[in-house]
Amino acid sequence: MSAAQHPPREVDAVIAPGHTPRSLVDKLTSIVLTKNTPLAWFPIVGIAFMLLMGLIVALTYLLAKGIGIWGNNVPVGWAFDIINFVWWIGIGHAGTLISAILLLFKQDWRTSINRFAEAMTLFAVACAALFPLVHTGRPWLAIYWLFPYPNTMTLWPNFRSPLIWDVFAVSTYGTVSLLFWSIGLIPDLATFRDKAQHPFLKRLFGMLAMGWRGSARHWARYEKAYLLLAGLSTPLVLSVHTVVSFDFAVSVLPGWHATIFPPYFVAGAIYAGFAMVLTLAIPIRVMFKLQDFITMRHIENMAKVTLVTGLVVVYGYLCEAFFGWYSSNEYERFMLKNRIYFGPYAWSYWILLLCNFLVPQLLWMKKMRRNIAVVFTVCMFVNVGMWLERFVIIVTSLHRDFLPSSWEMYYPTVWDFMTLAGTIGLFTTLMFLFVRVLPMIAIFEMQTLLPQSRTKAKEEGGAH
Amino acid sequence: MAHHADATTPFYALMAEFDSADALLSAATAVGKAGFTKTDAYSPFPIHGLAEAIGFHEKKVAPIVLAGGVLGMLGGYGLEYWTQVIAYPMNIGGRPYHSWVSFIPPAFETTILFGAFSAVIGMLALNGLPQPYHPVFNHERFSRASQDSFFLAIEAADPKFDPIGTRQFLAGLGAREVVEVAH
Repeated sequence: MSAAQHPPREVDAVIAPGHTPRSLVDKLTSIVLTKNTPLAWFPIVGIAFMLLMGLIVALTYLLAKGIGIWGNNVPVGWAFDIINFVWWIGIGHAGTLISAILLLFKQDWRTSINRFAEAMTLFAVACAALFPLVHTGRPWLAIYWLFPYPNTMTLWPNFRSPLIWDVFAVSTYGTVSLLFWSIGLIPDLATFRDKAQHPFLKRLFGMLAMGWRGSARHWARYEKAYLLLAGLSTPLVLSVHTVVSFDFAVSVLPGWHATIFPPYFVAGAIYAGFAMVLTLAIPIRVMFKLQDFITMRHIENMAKVTLVTGLVVVYGYLCEAFFGWYSSNEYERFMLKNRIYFGPYAWSYWILLLCNFLVPQLLWMKKMRRNIAVVFTVCMFVNVGMWLERFVIIVTSLHRDFLPSSWEMYYPTVWDFMTLAGTIGLFTTLMFLFVRVLPMIAIFEMQTLLPQSRTKAKEEGGAH
Repeated sequence: MAHHADATTPFYALMAEFDSADALLSAATAVGKAGFTKTDAYSPFPIHGLAEAIGFHEKKVAPIVLAGGVLGMLGGYGLEYWTQVIAYPMNIGGRPYHSWVSFIPPAFETTILFGAFSAVIGMLALNGLPQPYHPVFNHERFSRASQDSFFLAIEAADPKFDPIGTRQFLAGLGAREVVEVAH
């Protein structure tokens, strides 16, 4: 009925037409099983690796001297460490959203990007987890109040504290993401085992594939386990940034103590994450010539998700401002005015609005969503904007304490910047190593999307 | 499925190779209907209805995951209760020792954590993985089973197995070739 009124929209295919199972497997395995690395890979990994070396230097110095080398000091007790933590953990959220939530919603376009996005999650969580660990200054002495284990002092962590919830949420998130990612890899590792020529690689992939042989019984259990993992990961990913927001919302500080924080943080996480997936996918699809598998359909859909979650984030900003005003609380209203127009950090709030609110509005236009350069630029703005958001929340709320006598400015040191840049280096190095040595696109899942793979029973809808 | 010790049969199985998922599914359905029980089908990607066609109904993974999740929830909450109320009671801002609202987030996380571990470990254990050796890999073309080919195996140990009759039956299902596979 509606087809007569509206001609079907022109939609790009998820896989470019003309691919056979053979060509698909050959293309996706050849990225790894070759001695030819794309030339552009070397400068990127080279620069990222230098930044990573900087991270090691910064962390070594930190462990030797203590957190006094950073710029945070009373009243700004939390600064780059927590800003970077929240930024990275948020970036990770898109991976789980793509792999779990879009799976449950049967969005088949997720298939070409899910493996890649899951890996991004893992590496982002690794970068994030570094900060709470090192911001204790002496991490080896911090374990007993972070993790519940029987120690000689018979002390236990305080489970009423959101900071402990955070430890549980982040460590569970990292572990479950790793499980999800690694069981997704098993069938593809079997393909690599069977495709590899070099005896060492054959053996290595053989061990990693654990003897996977594609038996119908195995597939049945595998699919059930995968679906259940997706079902478990969905509430998990929503809980992680909710718990991260509790770190702030449960406190009594104006600018942090707001009930909008959990949904606003979750939306921000997905927003930052999709921007990061696009930031990585756009160069990688060109570098490894994957335009057949990561098509304009993917770019456009991700741009749409970015736009929508971005608007939810802006709604969060509005709510925060409204709450501050509506509370009629002197401290809340002062915080707001200080943050938005007369405070020394007001500039950061306006750049934040430029990055997270104004620039992404370009994505309303189909023409812009289909322009790779525009999408990439918008995503860069979002990456910066989401970092600034956490800067605004953390630093502007802290630097004007309740008593004017304790007001102080916050100035990050070179070590703060080295650590931030270093985690970007760590993330990029891991990401580009991953795409070179493991299947970045789920081969077996892509196969199920080919028309040749459909069975008649399934088309008639009677197989289930 | 201890194939090594099974020396009563001269070889492991007859394996038929097919070109498409559709051909494999209809052949597997025919094999199932013919009453063979020790059969298996191999494909590069999951095919809906294939396991059911060879008479396998997956029912165990979900209860394992449920059990794991419940264990995680009880374990997580139990740990919180024991540490905060019994082992190390502390007055934090006048909150009760048994602050059940605050105990929800960690207990939720341990539920997910144990559920996820039981999904992965349960699936691998039921599948018997990791498994360093399996006779199907003796098939010369089996490396294609992870790429673009489809296989159906009827074990020689199947009660209805007959070296000549079963081979003809498989060949009649549209197989591209039928091969004897050694133990």
